[in-house]
Amino acid sequence: MKTWEYITRRLILLIPVLIGVTILTFVVSHVIPADPAMHFAGGPKAQPETIERIREELHLNEPVLVQYFYYLNDLVHFDLGKSYLESRPVTDSLAQYFPATLELTIFAMLISIPLGIVGGIISAIRRNKLSDHITRFIAIVGYSLPIFWLALMFQYAFAYQIPILPLEGRLSIGVSAPPPVTGLFVVDSLLAGDLEACGSALYHLLMPAFTLGFATLALILRMTRSSMLEVMGADYIRTARAKGLSERTVIFKHALRNALIPTVTVSGLSFGALLGGAVLTETIFNWPGMGRFAASAVIGLDFNSVMGFTLVVAITYVLANLIVDLLYAVIDPRVKLGGV
Amino acid sequence: MLHLFRHSLLSMIGLALILLVVFIAIFAPLLIQEHPSYVEVSTDQGTTRVEERWDINFENKLLPPGPEHYFGTDDFGRDIYSMVVWGTQISLKLCLMVVLTATIIGVILGGVAGYFGGKIDEIIMRVTDVFLAIPYLILAMAVAAALGRSIENIMMALIVVWWPQYARLLRGQVLSIRENQYVEAARSVGASGWRILFRHILPNSFSPLLVQITLDLGAVLLVAAGLSFIGLGASPGTAEWGLMISMGRTHMFHAWWYVTFPGLAILITVLGFNLLGDGIRDITDPKLRR
Repeated sequence: MKTWEYITRRLILLIPVLIGVTILTFVVSHVIPADPAMHFAGGPKAQPETIERIREELHLNEPVLVQYFYYLNDLVHFDLGKSYLESRPVTDSLAQYFPATLELTIFAMLISIPLGIVGGIISAIRRNKLSDHITRFIAIVGYSLPIFWLALMFQYAFAYQIPILPLEGRLSIGVSAPPPVTGLFVVDSLLAGDLEACGSALYHLLMPAFTLGFATLALILRMTRSSMLEVMGADYIRTARAKGLSERTVIFKHALRNALIPTVTVSGLSFGALLGGAVLTETIFNWPGMGRFAASAVIGLDFNSVMGFTLVVAITYVLANLIVDLLYAVIDPRVKLGGV
Repeated sequence: MLHLFRHSLLSMIGLALILLVVFIAIFAPLLIQEHPSYVEVSTDQGTTRVEERWDINFENKLLPPGPEHYFGTDDFGRDIYSMVVWGTQISLKLCLMVVLTATIIGVILGGVAGYFGGKIDEIIMRVTDVFLAIPYLILAMAVAAALGRSIENIMMALIVVWWPQYARLLRGQVLSIRENQYVEAARSVGASGWRILFRHILPNSFSPLLVQITLDLGAVLLVAAGLSFIGLGASPGTAEWGLMISMGRTHMFHAWWYVTFPGLAILITVLGFNLLGDGIRDITDPKLRR
């Protein structure tokens, strides 16, 4: 099967999942709450007239199935309702905050994946030595840590006790944001040739991105270590050694390529954990992304925004997993593209 | 089986941590210095609910750890040690309720899907696809927001989020176990589908299920604490670890103990479950035994 055919088929298979996701978000927003109109109006303190008006607007007096079609109709017109906290369409808010979250998530992956792979390799080749024990300890603690607590501990240590990193935000005070092209400050400032802004953006990314990526780092470290150990015991590694190849060639040319396959899968799956973690990390580091927006929407009873955020994250996550699956086929020639 | 456990230092540490946490939870009333009282409060929905309250004493506000208050006091002069110890019960109850309920739902649906196959399998699996397409924390946040703020609603939301992976796990188990000869033998003597499912397949799926349950107890605690942290859980003043960290955040730079101790409690509990889960996996899976 050709690659394009495979991609098309995977995209078609996405449709039922996406429809399912809209049914799920519809049920959560319109069916579960005792009084959805009250939720959309901003909670129990809303004016009765407002609640009544919203009940009309959302067709809440109609049968559930009819309500769902109205909901779907709004979705295909990119209408996620109005944000009560920001008095503007939810889509506008999400569009504004999305790039900041994307930048943070990308940097979290850029930090955690290479560190995890290197740590995993070191751990595997030095099995049961001190460095192995240390990395394994980091790994197990890493995914047992509450991310929001880790963030606060880092802030205490590196912004207060030894103040070497900024406490919060995306840029230093006095540095103006680069002209928006992609919305990613690091990229935009480079495009504008503003090295000061770029440096400031990177400096501000360091702590939040490391915090957000820490659990992923731990997971990848474990995964790489165990698959490295498994591969090192394989027959073709013994063959490679018997041929008299150097240990370096054996590890990097023969073992690593095969050991990295499960790591790629884990990296894709961890993208979901990163999006979830962004809610907590962004809140603590005052990072103006979708996650902080969603967390404040939860507190401010801005239900439209919470549901809109959920939907956008679901779609992003589904697409990210598709990309990983495609990548998988590129790395491992044994994967026949047809074998879905 | 226990002798294999002894060879793994990390699993032994995990077991010790969990025994310690369970001990603290059971004997919490005897271990604490100050005791909570209970008051009835009205909720958003117009009903009433019993909530715990801890004595407020502003004279003892934000005292550092010492012999009087092992973990210091918070901004209302409440003893953090007592609240952290008390919170052990709340957290363990929450994790157990969520994971066990999710397991029961998942086992039934996954068992039915795997054993009977066909249309019903197709439907159940497509539903799990949808649930798994949304990251845990975010789906749980949306459901908890729809239900209203309380610890019970966090539990409900986490059950909604957590059952699909058990359905998947059990379906996979059923598909592989179903082909065994003893299942065929049971079928040939006329055992019903349900009997085969509960008497033959389920007992043989026990160890992967146990590993998953142990690891998930920790994972559920982390997500629940995160939801409490953003303000979806108990009302302020409850001895819930995530909530305490959230409350202590504003005082972090002049009262480090306020956020530190509840966080350590979460770390120790989750670490215990993870080490124990890894240990059980290593001894029940002979392939990993080296």
